[in-house]
Amino acid sequence: MSSLWIATIGTSIIVFILKYSGHSIPQRWLEHPRIQRINALIPIALLSALVAVQTFTERGKLVIDHRFAGVSVAVLALFFKAPFPVVVLLAALTSAAIYNWF
Amino acid sequence: MSRVEAITVRDSLSVSLTVGAYGIAFGAASVANGFSVLQSCLLSLLTFSGASQFAAVGVIGAGGSAFSAIATASLLGVRNGIYGVVMAPRLKVTGFKRVIAAHITIDESTGVALSAEKRNHSSMRHGFWLTGFGVFFFWNLFTLAGALGAQAMGDTRAWGLDSAVPAAFLGLVWPRLESKRERILAVVSIIFALVMTPFLPVGLPIIGSAFIAIVVGLRR
Repeated sequence: MSSLWIATIGTSIIVFILKYSGHSIPQRWLEHPRIQRINALIPIALLSALVAVQTFTERGKLVIDHRFAGVSVAVLALFFKAPFPVVVLLAALTSAAIYNWF
Repeated sequence: MSRVEAITVRDSLSVSLTVGAYGIAFGAASVANGFSVLQSCLLSLLTFSGASQFAAVGVIGAGGSAFSAIATASLLGVRNGIYGVVMAPRLKVTGFKRVIAAHITIDESTGVALSAEKRNHSSMRHGFWLTGFGVFFFWNLFTLAGALGAQAMGDTRAWGLDSAVPAAFLGLVWPRLESKRERILAVVSIIFALVMTPFLPVGLPIIGSAFIAIVVGLRR
């Protein structure tokens, strides 16, 4: 089997096992109020970190580019309580404009 | 199933289309790095985790072994496992339904569920399933398009997609930043991830932010 096939199948199997094992943790472990509180906070931390990494990094390096402009406009739109699709669209338009014209 | 709110459908669809369109970039990158069209499509169908998929084809394209491709992809996949822990008590599914729920447990489905949970419990569930299936549909459709040679559209920067995706995740977290505790957590996670980026392998700075959530959650 070629390394491409090994990578394709191997990645698929391991990523699924990771997803499934998260779902299979015994529920009584998660019932404690403190654990429930942590459980609600974890996605906030992960998604915030994800936004930062997607906006300011490229291949493990910190960079400031057109994405900073796009996401900044998104932040502004959110402050002004713009609907979700508007936030996403404004970010895309700003970013694409800067990338294509500068 | 109770009635699905229009706002949940709107958010799910926006996320599905935005992120799904990124599949073009994945399909193009995958083929450019030596994977066949079939392998590219199988990665999107079976792995179904953008970050892990880009990592796997990137490592192979850079001359890495299958083993290091799988290892890097797995590191990025740990995040989905953590989302599984978060979503399981909210979805309460078993058997085959759990297999399907696990497969579509990704940043997007968890993010929309999190954002919709503020409204009510059933919106949270609808948001998870709609977004999971929506992203699955568009991600696979666009992977095929990208792999078949839509390279002209493969430059996501020209379409603003590289900003639309983080903007979407930001929009999903935003409604949850109600109290001071949550806002501080978000800011510290952002700083942590950026400070750690030059020092840790790709993926770890994000996973590491989960520990900040644990520390914040342990405090009263």
